[in-house]
Amino acid sequence: MTGAPIPRLIPRLIPRLIHTRDLTKTYQVGDNVIRALAGVSVDIAQGEFTAVMGPSGSGKSTFMNMLGCLDRPSSGEYVLGSRRVSDLAGDELAEVRNSNIGFVFQTFNLLARTSAIENVELPLVYAGVPSAERRLRALEMLAKVGLAERADHQPAQLSGGQQQRVAIARALVTRPLLILADEPTGALDSRTSLEIMGLLQELNRNGMTVILVTHEADVARFARRVLYFRDGLMVKDEINAVPEFA
Amino acid sequence: MNLLGLLRVAMRALAINKLRSLLTMLGIIIGVAAVIVMIAVGAGAQARVEEQIRSLGSNLLLILSGTTTAGGVRMGFGSNQTISEDDAAAIPREIPETMSAPALRGTAQLIWGNQNWSTVIFGVTPEYIDVRQWEIAAGRIFDASDMAGATKVCLVGQTVARQLFGGADPLGQVIRVRRVPFTVIGVLESKGQSMMGTDQDDLVLMPISTARKRVLGASNLAKQRSVGTIWVKVADGYDMKAAEEQVRSLLRQRHRLQPGQDDDFSLRNLEEVAATQEASSRVLALLLAAVASVSLVVGGIGIMNIMLVSVTERTREIGLRMAVGARTRDILGQFLVEAVTLSLIGGLAGIAIGIATAVGIAEVAGWRIVLSPESVVLAVAFAFAIGVFFGFYPARKAARLNPVEALRFE
Repeated sequence: MTGAPIPRLIPRLIPRLIHTRDLTKTYQVGDNVIRALAGVSVDIAQGEFTAVMGPSGSGKSTFMNMLGCLDRPSSGEYVLGSRRVSDLAGDELAEVRNSNIGFVFQTFNLLARTSAIENVELPLVYAGVPSAERRLRALEMLAKVGLAERADHQPAQLSGGQQQRVAIARALVTRPLLILADEPTGALDSRTSLEIMGLLQELNRNGMTVILVTHEADVARFARRVLYFRDGLMVKDEINAVPEFA
Repeated sequence: MNLLGLLRVAMRALAINKLRSLLTMLGIIIGVAAVIVMIAVGAGAQARVEEQIRSLGSNLLLILSGTTTAGGVRMGFGSNQTISEDDAAAIPREIPETMSAPALRGTAQLIWGNQNWSTVIFGVTPEYIDVRQWEIAAGRIFDASDMAGATKVCLVGQTVARQLFGGADPLGQVIRVRRVPFTVIGVLESKGQSMMGTDQDDLVLMPISTARKRVLGASNLAKQRSVGTIWVKVADGYDMKAAEEQVRSLLRQRHRLQPGQDDDFSLRNLEEVAATQEASSRVLALLLAAVASVSLVVGGIGIMNIMLVSVTERTREIGLRMAVGARTRDILGQFLVEAVTLSLIGGLAGIAIGIATAVGIAEVAGWRIVLSPESVVLAVAFAFAIGVFFGFYPARKAARLNPVEALRFE
């Protein structure tokens, strides 16, 4: 984070990828109604590198689940690309996730005892891509993250950084509209974290929209735009004029 | 995901916990093996009963002579000679769908050379062969002229042939029946044991006229034309119940019995006896299979239990699969296929073990077994159904997980 807040200056020329309006999420826990999101409106353009920050309980994870189509909002509108997805449910959301969103998790979430390439292939399996093409595309993505020669290794035979790179290859393999990374460096040492952030930045330079959820300012500084969350609301929307390069 | 893909995923998941998968399958293996063995043994017993019934003939009515009461002492059936050869002749005449065979019964000592043997003598008509479904192994049956002339000819059963003649050919030999010389003109095919366990092959058949005049003459069976039993064979497709009633009313009429008066004979419908026997053996076979299938159900519960554990253990995996685009049916299919794979592999192993055990029982205990392809198909179908039935609940539980919560699951 450098400098004072800068007014939002998203050039209209760049197509809008994400649009949310008054997005809320409430949970009923016993007699209490918990408002995890209390009305979030934000636009994110294609090709942006955005970090979502906030302490735990701020609603950033809930927001991320909404953006990732893993959960449905209680009210409000969410348009992804040209499609209004806030009304979708179940299998329709699964298809949106499959074709439009690549997930990167803190704990990698690779399938155990399953080779790297098969892990990368997984989203294509659910997309119904034929086996030969699957293999080809998965290998291509593994090459892109620099792990082509580890294609047959199982997660247990890979280091944390390598596992996360396999996960990134898996996120990319369906050629999604955006990458959603939830604390992608949370389980990695600082040197490996830097590698992963560098990889995400490189993807972004090549046009990929990246949304990063983190509670660490150190990680958020790699992003060009930072959204701050507190108590279920977006309280700050900053442009990081000089993002750090990993 | 297609079925082949699901199968590969299932096999891999099962291979990760080999011992657990094997132990889970054990329930199904034992259950299927038990069902196979029980069906084989039950069908074997049933086949034996059916064979015995066939040897007797099920479309038969048996008429026994009536009883006498002498000074308050009631005698058994046959003690009073109430039925006769004339009754026997009247039955097919009045009821064309029937064929009748009267029989005089007695015991006699047989002598051939220096051998002797005590056996049962039946004085019968040639129809007896048809009615009782005897086959002639060698020689011929006596004919009308033998009947008319009361010739001293006879047919011997396999047991008599063996006991009296040893290895020699009985045909044309002269044996003495109560010291009366008879020529053996035929040998009967073996029928084996009756349902009651008596040897059906231990007998001599001769014309009823000869028996009455030459052999059993001393006994009171010789009186008039009375006989101890009349066998009535009813044509295939004709209602046995109706035939029974027709024969009953015919005999009552011939014996001039008033309405309300008891029958002076006893009429037995062997179809009923056979049906009862068959039903009881079928019930036994069914009972065995039912008991065995209880273990299959227990095996199924084992599968459900392990699948529930597996779903819980793999909650994060399920969450991840959902995040990358697995639909409800993909997850449902994955766990269902896993459960069915468990039960089918167990089922196949169970069939192999079941067949081996059934064959082993047949060898060691000497029991009759019948291994039918149907029972194998049934066992596979049952194992499959068990997998689907008991796998469905855990699979649905997996498919209904919330992806957010599943991904957060520790």
